[in-house]
Amino acid sequence: MAKIPQDLHYTKDHEWIKIVDGMGVMGISDYAQHAMGDVVYVELPDVGRKAKAGEDFIVVESVKGANDVFCPVSGTVAEVNEDLDGAPELLNQDPYSNWLVKMEVDNPSDVDKLLDAAAYAKLVEELEAEES
Amino acid sequence: MKRTPMYEKHVAAGGRMVDFGGWELPVQYEATGIKTEHLTVRSKAGLFDVSHMGEITVEGRGAQAWLSSLITNDITAMHDSQVQYNIMCTETGGVVDDLLVYRYSPDKYLLVVNAANVEKDWEWFTAHLPAEGVAIENLSAKTAEVALQGPNAEAILAKVADFDPSSLKFFHFRDPATVGGIPAIVSRTGYTGEDGFEIYVDWEKGGELWDLLMEAGKEFGLLPIGLGARDSLRFEAGLPLCGHEYTETIGPLEAGYGFFVKVDKAGGFIGQPVLKRQKEEGLKHRTVALRLEDKGVPRHGMDVANAEGRVVGHVTTGGYSPSLDANIASCYVETPAPAEGEHLWIVIRDKPKQGVVVKRPFYAKSYKS
Repeated sequence: MAKIPQDLHYTKDHEWIKIVDGMGVMGISDYAQHAMGDVVYVELPDVGRKAKAGEDFIVVESVKGANDVFCPVSGTVAEVNEDLDGAPELLNQDPYSNWLVKMEVDNPSDVDKLLDAAAYAKLVEELEAEES
Repeated sequence: MKRTPMYEKHVAAGGRMVDFGGWELPVQYEATGIKTEHLTVRSKAGLFDVSHMGEITVEGRGAQAWLSSLITNDITAMHDSQVQYNIMCTETGGVVDDLLVYRYSPDKYLLVVNAANVEKDWEWFTAHLPAEGVAIENLSAKTAEVALQGPNAEAILAKVADFDPSSLKFFHFRDPATVGGIPAIVSRTGYTGEDGFEIYVDWEKGGELWDLLMEAGKEFGLLPIGLGARDSLRFEAGLPLCGHEYTETIGPLEAGYGFFVKVDKAGGFIGQPVLKRQKEEGLKHRTVALRLEDKGVPRHGMDVANAEGRVVGHVTTGGYSPSLDANIASCYVETPAPAEGEHLWIVIRDKPKQGVVVKRPFYAKSYKS
């Protein structure tokens, strides 16, 4: 069973986001990292890049292939997680403490329109049931 | 979807099952994953279910001459119990399939062909079959196959085979043999760049063979290995995959496997005039090995550009190499191709990423005997 922290919001594409001090911190879920398999490279966007909700703006490369990561809410990239550059496997080890980017979110209230932990857990449960 | 006799074993072992050309097979296992599986084959041993591969026998007084007319290598130089790698070409010098030829006698051969091409190959053989003197039989549906690969493969097989595996030379086979009491064909061959064996048994015995090898291999660190690591292992070792390095338009010389093409062999073969001319006039394309210096992961089909930014070819296989901890690619490019130490760029999502041409194979093979 994939880990799903209570204090985050999620997309149906398995990204998570949390507003910390007015800044959106986002990454991929435990379900996502597990489905991707061993991560070997993360292509992060440039700081200053504007992205709309649902736009693919990050690529996580695993041994199996390239996986698009979609922007959970519209905003501007403020910071990228440089730690992933030399150690992409951190995403497999803990995809929640190892965030991908921090964003200036256009409308912080957009986050509330995403799935909460309970709704996301239900989605993952359905997906895991399909797979087994 | 088709299932091999080991299907239940894969599911029980946590195999992540995928559709592989109509076969339901594990891409990896939950407890390990591609990287761990890959490195385990390089350091210990791995067991692969390759029951989806095709097996076709060729028999009759005309077997040798006919088979020779379809494939690129010189099978007249083989002796009994030997295995030889071959490529089967089209009239235009492209590739139908690549295959292993097992010689029982000059009048009897076993061919092992790619799973995805069994039907296509069968039609090709049938279309070219002479009126008499050669009989072919498709044993694919009756034959299960496993590959036991890695430095510990010999010690594992020694526990369960009715012969001393150290006496079996590289690219040779033994038939009759038994493995755990099961009648089997055993060859010292593989698709990983490691020492190892490929074992063929009756379809119904596949599950039993799988279990007894896993049990025998426990003390040697044997793990079940999925298709993901099968591909990364073969790629690192510089072994071609039909549909990637070879296609209907990329022939064996341009792919870099001219060693297995005897353009002057007696009797000729389909595609020989084209390949001979390519060799005499010089190749218009070559396949080079590239190690990425910039960050990024090359993938099959991506464009390859030169220093001026002009597209000169494409990636035939690309990916992360667990053994080298680097991103590598085979690139099919126009000639003159850059030499070792020179550069090419792979266009990854519209951005050129620099790589350096290196020697193939990326990973030095470690075969025994």
